[in-house]
Amino acid sequence: MDEADRRIINALQTGIPICDHPYAECAAELDMTEEELLRRLASLREEGFLSRIGPMYHAERLGGGLALVAMSVPLEDFDRVTEQVNAFDEVAHNYERDHKLNMWFVLATEKTERVGQVLSEIEEVTGYPTYNMPKIEEFFVGLRFEV
Amino acid sequence: MADLSAREMELVAAIQGGLPLVPRPYAAIGKKIGMSEQQVIKQLADWQADGTIRRMGVIVRHHELGYRANAMVVWNIPDEQVQEVGRLLGKQKVVTLCYQRPRRLPDWPYNLFCMIHGQDRDVVLGHVETLAVLLSEQCDLSGLDFKVLFSRRRFKQRGACSIKEKSVTPQQIAGSC
Repeated sequence: MDEADRRIINALQTGIPICDHPYAECAAELDMTEEELLRRLASLREEGFLSRIGPMYHAERLGGGLALVAMSVPLEDFDRVTEQVNAFDEVAHNYERDHKLNMWFVLATEKTERVGQVLSEIEEVTGYPTYNMPKIEEFFVGLRFEV
Repeated sequence: MADLSAREMELVAAIQGGLPLVPRPYAAIGKKIGMSEQQVIKQLADWQADGTIRRMGVIVRHHELGYRANAMVVWNIPDEQVQEVGRLLGKQKVVTLCYQRPRRLPDWPYNLFCMIHGQDRDVVLGHVETLAVLLSEQCDLSGLDFKVLFSRRRFKQRGACSIKEKSVTPQQIAGSC
């Protein structure tokens, strides 16, 4: 990754316009040709620095359910439970974290009602309780990473 | 706008693999589902205007870009102050997400969550210290109760919520860390 790639990543995280020739507009801002921008975007994606180029949605406005869920899983059972939890398609990120509540995952479901069903199924199959912590209020969603 | 029409869902499905890397990507998306370029542009622009789309752009893999220390910082803030503190935290440059969530007593007393992504743990801990001082001073909170939960392992990076037969990766959905 070189300086031009970094400028692309920083600029295009803020936004790609919704217009006829969006990449040409971005390229002009970045002082490069549209061909070069497209070529660099393709290789950044290829190399795994970009997960996607496209819309970031507000899940609830698409009618979906979203929940942050924690579990407290004894270490000797951790691998089994991880496998069981991750087997659910609705489970997104899953992280082990430093706390008694040591497993933290995000559920993203097509319908809001499905969140409760998935949690019951997870409790049943793993034998451990889940702590659902849905958001009450959103103060900031940035998720922009300067490089 | 909670319920999308079948036509709108088709557009969501058509774009979820990503915006094609061609000069007229919205025309290419439209072509898959029999919509004109202008129809696609208008619908996406409307969604961006009403907040259904938070932004159109590149979504990075932060870990691969060197942001390897990922801390969830959780705070126990008196209910009557959580709005004020949440707004202040959300404005800080190092904070990538900030939400109020329910306590789960007695195991979990924390009601304000924020994420800090950094290059390494020491840098992130330094940011947390700065935030703690800021909150104590500006919000008159003494004996601030907070915890830093670094991630140890990442098990799953993309899951799915099914829209039609295809799937929306959680990274398409903000706030999913």
